[in-house]
Amino acid sequence: MGPDLCGSSGGIALLPAGLPGNRSVARVQRFMEQFLQQLLNGLAVGGIYALVALGYTMVYGVLKLINFAHGDLFTIGAYLGLTLLVSCNFSGMLSPMLAVLAVFVMVALLVAIIGFLLERTAYRPLRNANRLSAVVSALGASIFFQNAIMLIYGARFYVYPDYLRPDFTVHLFGLAVPGVRLLVIAASVILMLGLWAFIQRSRTGAAIRAVAIDPGAAQLMGINVDRIISLVFLIGPGLGGAAGLMVGIYYGQIDFTMGWTYGLKAFTAAILGGIGNIPGAMIGGLLLGVIEALAAGYIAIAWKDAIAFFVLILILIIRPTGILGERTADKL
Amino acid sequence: MMTEPIRIAIRVALAAVICALPLFSNAYWTDVCVSIGLYALLSLSLNIILGQAGIFHMGHAAFFAVGAYVTAILNTLCHWPIFWTMPVAGAAAALFALLVARPIIHLRGDYLLIVTIGIVEIVRIALINDVFGLTGGANGIFGISRPSFFGFKIVKGIQFYYLVWGMVAVSLLLFYGLWHSRFGRALNYIKEDDVAAEGCGVNVTQYKLMAFVLGAFWAGMAGTLYAAKMTTISPESFSFMESVIIFAVVILSGGSQIGVLISAFLFIGLPELLREFSNARMLIFGLAMMIMMVWRPQGLLPPRRRRYHVKSLMENENGDGSGPGPGSPEAGSALAVESDVQAAGGRPA
Repeated sequence: MGPDLCGSSGGIALLPAGLPGNRSVARVQRFMEQFLQQLLNGLAVGGIYALVALGYTMVYGVLKLINFAHGDLFTIGAYLGLTLLVSCNFSGMLSPMLAVLAVFVMVALLVAIIGFLLERTAYRPLRNANRLSAVVSALGASIFFQNAIMLIYGARFYVYPDYLRPDFTVHLFGLAVPGVRLLVIAASVILMLGLWAFIQRSRTGAAIRAVAIDPGAAQLMGINVDRIISLVFLIGPGLGGAAGLMVGIYYGQIDFTMGWTYGLKAFTAAILGGIGNIPGAMIGGLLLGVIEALAAGYIAIAWKDAIAFFVLILILIIRPTGILGERTADKL
Repeated sequence: MMTEPIRIAIRVALAAVICALPLFSNAYWTDVCVSIGLYALLSLSLNIILGQAGIFHMGHAAFFAVGAYVTAILNTLCHWPIFWTMPVAGAAAALFALLVARPIIHLRGDYLLIVTIGIVEIVRIALINDVFGLTGGANGIFGISRPSFFGFKIVKGIQFYYLVWGMVAVSLLLFYGLWHSRFGRALNYIKEDDVAAEGCGVNVTQYKLMAFVLGAFWAGMAGTLYAAKMTTISPESFSFMESVIIFAVVILSGGSQIGVLISAFLFIGLPELLREFSNARMLIFGLAMMIMMVWRPQGLLPPRRRRYHVKSLMENENGDGSGPGPGSPEAGSALAVESDVQAAGGRPA
């Protein structure tokens, strides 16, 4: 967790000095304030989960494959962002905000290319093989990426420079909300809406949906399935890489193993919303972020990283199709 | 096609090499071989679940951890001798496996994989959070005593070597028998086609659970040996990466016992040989997994297909309806029928 981003930052000082005899009102007010802060924090983290979850769910939709390497593509995004911002000194040439925006786009493009190449080399030769061979290959790719990052950057964590984090505070209904939190929420919502519009409104989006429903029939309708799959491997990792950069700026600290935790949590989010379902991944991500933030704030902070897995196991036992997933004949 | 005497000769030679190895190696290599043995033990136990029954289980480090911690707690708090804790550790791991596997056993391949990853993470976080106040938090437990065998204390690397590899030998024999039993055939059938198996009267859920429990029992006992060898255990020894390594050993082995030993050596021993590349070893490991799946998805040495004498089967046909009957698996004549055909027609003989 980054400095003073966890929940009750600041806000309390803004409370009207509690009048004598008015203590319980003040307590309720403080409770509400903390609750809302946790909620917003949850939405910010949840937005990041949702962006990563979209990559999982889109790939699962078209290939029925859990792309284990997706979490590591997200890490690559975070590291590439750091390199571009600091080592290539983009932040020196432009104002911090513009630099972050430019690097945001570049990181998304670069990670998209890596995702595209990954699909070509590790998954395409296994397209007709046993489904589980592809899963093992994906695991291998994940281990490969993680260690490649470790070898290139070293096995220590890195810190995003402080001046890159937008340093303003927004007063919202009497709450002092760190601006970066709102920006992260806004960025993830904009990306998600953009993707949603693309999938629902464009012809290519319709083709992606068609391939997800039935690749064979889609091919007969004149859709180039290979190209659609490549496209999915561009969009998913692109969003994931952008999310990596967002984590770097939001928490300020990155390390080469973070892809696993974020990846597994995002995957949980995808299952929570119904895997293969794009709006489901968005809802699942936001919901998981909020659940995690509230549980960490009110139940046990030490178990924060385990909460997502409890949610995962529960959802798979109770409702394996997720919130928005359709019932399939396939036995889960 | 290798004939049976050659196979037996290869096995005897391998056993002889393993027995004689520590006499010719220094303390360092003996230690490396002890950890190869421990991984071989874990991989053999996972092989029942993953190799034989085809259940994608990637949380084996959780059962290993339960066994190691039970041993450590019983030894340091109750001062039980190490060998007495071994069955308890196995039983605790098996019970844990039964409890966690029961609700998730019906999940399909990759979903189960994710859930078992979740379980291993939950166990690790529980250990770090000092659950029940017994696990010692992030520092773990230290001061575990050395095992002693009828007054003979096992301290040196070479003594551990024989202890661990003795255990591997016992497991090899037991699991070999298991593979040729009704239980082993049922597991293979489930692996090839669980719907067909269910249709032929194999209780799929029960057999899968039994495979889980048995594998966990063995992993728990391996945990005892690990705790005794290290004398210190901490949650980081049972991270998700351990599970991945054990998983990869089994996948790359193809599922045969010799294959498991070879790939355990490749994964644990080879990186020691290539010390100068030690930083890149996990990188190569990941690359090897990808290349392996593209080139040889069935693994290094898949087990031989089961073969049965149709003639002898017909001769002593005595109404054994569901099972394939007492076929002699060693035979290789023209009358033999291969049993593990692809999904479509996998009915034994």
